[in-house]
Amino acid sequence: MAAMTRREFIANGAKWVAVASIPAVLNINPLRALAGAEAPMELVDYLKLFEVDQELIAKIISAGLDRGGDFCDLYFEHRVSNWVGLQDEAVNRAYCNIDYGVGIRVVNGDQTGFSFTEELTPEAMLKAAQTAANIANQSAKPGPVEFSFHRAPNYYPVEKVWADVGIDQKIPVVQELNAKLHDRDSRVTKTRVWYGDWTSTVLVASSDGTLSCDYRPMAEIQAGCTAEQNGQREENSYSLSARKGPEHFSKENLDKVATEAVKNTVVLFDAVKPEAGEMEVVLAAGSSGILLHEAIGHGMEADFNRKNESIYSDKIDQQIAEPMVSIVDDGTWESARGAINIDDEGSPTQKTYLVRDGILRSYMHDLISSRHYKVKPTGNGRRESFRYDPMPRMRCTYMLPGPHTKEEVIGSVKKGIYCESFTNGEVHIGPGDFTFYVKNGNLIEDGKISKPIKDINIIGNGPEVLKRVVMVGNDLEMSVGSGMCGKNGQSVPVSMGLPTTKVSAITVGGINS
Amino acid sequence: MNKENQLALARWAVDQAKKAGADAAAVDVVNSRDIEVEVREQKVDKLKESTQNSLGISVYVNNRYTSQSTNDLRENTLTRFISEAVAMAKYLTEDEFRGLPDPKYYPGRQDIDLKIYDGGYESLTSKERIDFAKAVEDAARSHSDKVIACTAGFNDSEYRSVKVHSNGFEGTAEGTVYSAGAESTVRGEGDGRPSDWDWRTFRFLKEAVAPEVMGHSATERALTKIGQKKIDSGVYDLVIENRAASRFIGMLIGPMSAASIQQKRSFLDGKLGEKIASDKFTMIDDPLLVSGFGSRLYDGDGIAATRRVMIDKGVLKSFYVDWYYGRKLDWEPTSSGTSNLVFEQGDKSLEELVAQMKRGILVTGFIGGNSNSVTGDFSVGIIGMFVENGRRVKPVNEMNISGNLTEVMNQLVEMGNDPWIYASWLRPSVYFRDIQFSGV
Repeated sequence: MAAMTRREFIANGAKWVAVASIPAVLNINPLRALAGAEAPMELVDYLKLFEVDQELIAKIISAGLDRGGDFCDLYFEHRVSNWVGLQDEAVNRAYCNIDYGVGIRVVNGDQTGFSFTEELTPEAMLKAAQTAANIANQSAKPGPVEFSFHRAPNYYPVEKVWADVGIDQKIPVVQELNAKLHDRDSRVTKTRVWYGDWTSTVLVASSDGTLSCDYRPMAEIQAGCTAEQNGQREENSYSLSARKGPEHFSKENLDKVATEAVKNTVVLFDAVKPEAGEMEVVLAAGSSGILLHEAIGHGMEADFNRKNESIYSDKIDQQIAEPMVSIVDDGTWESARGAINIDDEGSPTQKTYLVRDGILRSYMHDLISSRHYKVKPTGNGRRESFRYDPMPRMRCTYMLPGPHTKEEVIGSVKKGIYCESFTNGEVHIGPGDFTFYVKNGNLIEDGKISKPIKDINIIGNGPEVLKRVVMVGNDLEMSVGSGMCGKNGQSVPVSMGLPTTKVSAITVGGINS
Repeated sequence: MNKENQLALARWAVDQAKKAGADAAAVDVVNSRDIEVEVREQKVDKLKESTQNSLGISVYVNNRYTSQSTNDLRENTLTRFISEAVAMAKYLTEDEFRGLPDPKYYPGRQDIDLKIYDGGYESLTSKERIDFAKAVEDAARSHSDKVIACTAGFNDSEYRSVKVHSNGFEGTAEGTVYSAGAESTVRGEGDGRPSDWDWRTFRFLKEAVAPEVMGHSATERALTKIGQKKIDSGVYDLVIENRAASRFIGMLIGPMSAASIQQKRSFLDGKLGEKIASDKFTMIDDPLLVSGFGSRLYDGDGIAATRRVMIDKGVLKSFYVDWYYGRKLDWEPTSSGTSNLVFEQGDKSLEELVAQMKRGILVTGFIGGNSNSVTGDFSVGIIGMFVENGRRVKPVNEMNISGNLTEVMNQLVEMGNDPWIYASWLRPSVYFRDIQFSGV
């Protein structure tokens, strides 16, 4: 049951996450009764899952507003997470976790009172509401009289819900992927495969009288391998994740996972360290979007700005990059890991322009910050689970395509590096310093890709680096791996995307000649 | 839930698993009460209070293994949950190394009070928590008129856990942890807003560091960063301040686990008994340290905890061997993971170490970076101070240090006398010679 902590901030690739699993074939998941081919479901189904009705919800919200406050919301969540793992050629471990509860929040100005309970009895919920109510100290406000149900469009349809997929159906997939890993290269000596799925069902009720729901599936597969050659060892991993059902693990996708995992491992035998210092850096299309996530994404989360902590706090409407640079944070990218139909405060998701044509446009807001700035919420209020209060978080953050081809971008570099895969990154919001760690890439010499490189950290300053984005490719791709973003102790799944992009100078960790 | 209730629940769950067909089972029941106060501009920004419970169960059926956890502890649901766990285990592949530890490793548990539970916890009031956090913030803000943002906080947790194995192990633990501090952001040169923090942790309320100390320090640390810039790439001496040195220690710990060795993911494979670091480096794992943040009487496998020298004057003496991977490797179990780490100290303070540097960088914080556990290569971002002839000259940032742990650990020339006592890894400041820095 010990769950290893995921790295803070972004972490891609295989992590030995020990969570837990249930044989859904045995029909114990309460959701199974609700499951249709396409995700659920009617409001009544959600209410039934949490054993509440609208009258009880109204009563709890009223208890939350018993000492005043601007608003109160309830976040009901049920989550089933499953992992099946292979090590040493055997599918010899399985984990399952069931999590169930409600988070109750009372907001008074920018002050938050929060409590949660894992027991959904009226008594336990009323007690939690009274605890959260303590943030305010005025006369009681009335709760909602009646609710209206907001149905959001679904950006992640599934062919089959996870509740209908038992471990017996996952084991052959794990074994197939394992066989493919060994098939790819005889130098592979150890393999590790994890097959994970989690399904989170949420119901959000607010004192403004709205009820909204979301049904969030997640599919994740990770392959890791160790390879040996002449006494030298290397390891690497590759992951594939999306808000989909088991259909995501098609033969083609498993082939891709195996190919990439093995290729990214054995290439390390020949990899070198670049020279240390500032140089031109080309970021490959796809998961290089980690650059945006760290260089500008976190700094544009409105909580850091309303608290005056971010380097972007006074830059709205300023030109911060070349006109070819437009950056969005988008909850609507179909089936992406970071997509959400509604945020965890019940606000509809959207595609939000952070930078348009080089000009800084909008922060990412939750309800508290949108009230502070007197703007509409952008649907970025997210939380790790019902145990936490929400805050502005990214969804799928990417740069829109630009005018250049990939060949033009690489061809323009005399001496630099090309970065392809990453393990993690971090940013310090105030100074704007950020890093990301390159696991795979290449040197670029005289406009051509040359030797492979490995294990280097890249460090820069957000606003400085954005100014140095001098070429943007026309080949936008979204990351396909299992990225998690950490902030103030809360982790949420995110996606990142980028076209092939050149930064004219950034500091690369390497070896001094 | 009190200890007796937890024990009764855990024993019941073990019985249920056996009734459902498991050969063996291990159950952990954990509950905690957590309170979090955050203060900004002398107003309560956030007040969070909660109680949580969870039950985790590992079941073994003919050497088949699964581990499951839930927070839904209603008897009916739990009964079903446990029988499903047993049913699921049957689908998995037999693994001869899976099973509960041999009971011969259970005895020998010390009968001592680790002093990790503050009996006065209950008497702490919300107002006291808020007042403490306000005092930290007030000190941070009053330290300089350059402060543009500051958040201070006070958190505490009271936890209780029991572990029951079907082959005879039973253990209980309870503890309290408080933490408090602030993060301060100051007006820098140009657009930058340097920030830094000072948070400390304590087991007993009476051991709390004065709020003024943390508040002033958070702001002072941020002020020293004003004007930070990268300097030329090159080879410099390096001193890592105690609290930041955990980043470095952490890169060694993963490769020291039996799982890493068995999975061929460790650069320390085959190095037992060999010199892997400078003779100034001695690292001891001490689970029995009084009031330590990692103190415990038994490890995750229920095996009795003992003090163990892990690295002795640079020589690798022991790995972290848990029961499962120990069996795979045919090694004796040691400990499933780090408890408290203590280090042999030198005789110099941080100031004295810095004073010795002719041309070097004092690192006060790391940012990002990673290491390759198979090769020992690493590359991490740093924040710190350029030092010349023992004097702090100017703040630096946006630089990386890179190298290989095997080489770098031998470049360690001196440990400080200043262990950071607010965490389970009590690391002092460390001095390394000739480290690769990349900057301009």
